Amino acid sequence: MHETSISREPSISCLEGLGLPGGQFSDENLGKSYSTLAERKASYSKIIPSLEEAVTLSGLRDGMTVSFHHHFRNGDYIVNLVMDKLAEMGFKNLTLAASSLSDCHAPLIRHIQSGVIRRIETSGLRGSLADAISNGLMETPVVFRSHGGRARAIESGELPIDVAFLGAPSCDPYGNANGYSRDVDGGVMCGSMGYAKCDAQHAARTIILTNHIVQYPNAPFGIPSTDVDYIVEVPNIGDPAGIMSGATRFTKNPKELTIAESAANVIAASGVFEDGFSIQMGSGGASLAVARFLREKMLAKGITASFALGGITGSIVDLHEEGLVKKILDVQSFDLRAAESLKNNRFHQQISASYYASPADPGCAVNLLDAVVLSALEVDTNFDVNVLTGSDGVIRGAIGGHPDTAYGAALAIVVCPLVRGRIPCVVEKVNTVVTPGKTVDVIVTDYGIAVNPRRYKLRRRLMDAGIAVSTIEELQQKAQRIVGIPAPIAYRDTVVGVVTYRDGSVMDLIRQVRD
Amino acid sequence: MKVLKAAVSGTMESSDIMVTVAPNEGGGLAIDLNSTVEKQFGAAIRAAIAETLEQLGIRDARVTAVDKGALDCVIRARVKASAFRACEREDYVWEVRT
Repeated sequence: MHETSISREPSISCLEGLGLPGGQFSDENLGKSYSTLAERKASYSKIIPSLEEAVTLSGLRDGMTVSFHHHFRNGDYIVNLVMDKLAEMGFKNLTLAASSLSDCHAPLIRHIQSGVIRRIETSGLRGSLADAISNGLMETPVVFRSHGGRARAIESGELPIDVAFLGAPSCDPYGNANGYSRDVDGGVMCGSMGYAKCDAQHAARTIILTNHIVQYPNAPFGIPSTDVDYIVEVPNIGDPAGIMSGATRFTKNPKELTIAESAANVIAASGVFEDGFSIQMGSGGASLAVARFLREKMLAKGITASFALGGITGSIVDLHEEGLVKKILDVQSFDLRAAESLKNNRFHQQISASYYASPADPGCAVNLLDAVVLSALEVDTNFDVNVLTGSDGVIRGAIGGHPDTAYGAALAIVVCPLVRGRIPCVVEKVNTVVTPGKTVDVIVTDYGIAVNPRRYKLRRRLMDAGIAVSTIEELQQKAQRIVGIPAPIAYRDTVVGVVTYRDGSVMDLIRQVRD
Repeated sequence: MKVLKAAVSGTMESSDIMVTVAPNEGGGLAIDLNSTVEKQFGAAIRAAIAETLEQLGIRDARVTAVDKGALDCVIRARVKASAFRACEREDYVWEVRT
């Protein structure tokens, strides 16, 4: 017989009791089941009869952090449904960490007033909730994070999530959830569940709320069962009309078309427009229309894009199905056409917010972008961009992936009209800096194009291609001549919002407006 | 000019202003403005209305304006049109050839 010789490494179990597992695997206690799949399905699942029981099982306590995703956009029922229940159960001082919030979340106002919600983290705020917060509803300021910044904060433990409440259009009894289902047609769809993935993965407890329990395994899944603790069936997760429109329409607005055509010209002349390039386009009218102009240029030059990233729209899907965009990386599907493509197209891939834009990963997808086309509420002569507060100082937007993609892309183009009605969009100083000007390369307006002085070679390139380039100061002056000089916004000293950059540093503060 | 009746011009469309000019005998100028850009341009719009009426020699008028972000030139044109209608005057000169 050989003497056994093994290093006494503490992390390796010692040899005493070789071949004799204990606990649930001991001889007396062997947990092996001889039931068939059908029998097992009938006897065990993660489905909990009521939300209240699931909340109790999750161990949620006063002062903890609950999280939500915003894939149901303005059709979301989940946030209000859950917060109403938590209020009814008597919870107080909660932190609500949503990937974003919309007009439909106005009912949160009363949960803030009654002390159920003490603090909010989000990418954006709109409607009467945003108005109320801008007017001093909350004692603690709202923390605004970009999609990449939020993913980083969750992963690093800066934003620990105690319980994630994630709505899903389909889920099997063990927690494989997705924004659509392969098994059925129709029903509520949201496409990608990119922003929910990080929450499910990192929350101490994850509860899926679904209106649609499907057969195991719900493959392909956006959220794997390994990230899910409990499932609650609810009659409605959202209003399909608010979750997404059928297909985002091409704009007929001549201003937007002018802007889109100019932006496409800039991309084509910039040096990034080569075979295998990568691109992201936003969902605004002008940035959507860029796809149409770019398509013609791709066909003319005989090149294709290796991938399109981001919030995905039907116009990207059109390019993909035409073979002009090889692959799609989708963190959020903006319309039904995009959601259906995610379901049906093999190379339309669902990705998480972290994969998309976390600054902790140098290989995140935004860092592999050649060009991004972004919208803006305001830009200023420093090229700083505001996508969060309106010209009256009131919160009315969302950071989204704006700072993430502007930083990551080799060419960050911001498109916006020179003026909207009487509101100037190119100004001396934006109300709120969300994306720093040093990461913005080109501003495209309906009255001209300005290139960041940091990019003097790019400026030369565009001019060589016959594109007229103004200075940003000239654009600002032109706007001022058209609309006049607006009175400065009257603010109080109280801070109602903290705008963070991708790494969590404070980019700007939003103050309470004075009536 | 003297305001004889209430008269209106303009629309509620974006970038337009609907201006009603009505008599206000001996009451001076009263402006009731409702604007989507009140915070940024409320004072400028009131000044443009007052100045335009003053140029027409109108001292007494009750002006009701619903503004949807009209530019200064639009505001002045709408005020003038309403004023001429309210004064039942047609001797306006829209165009000056030089």
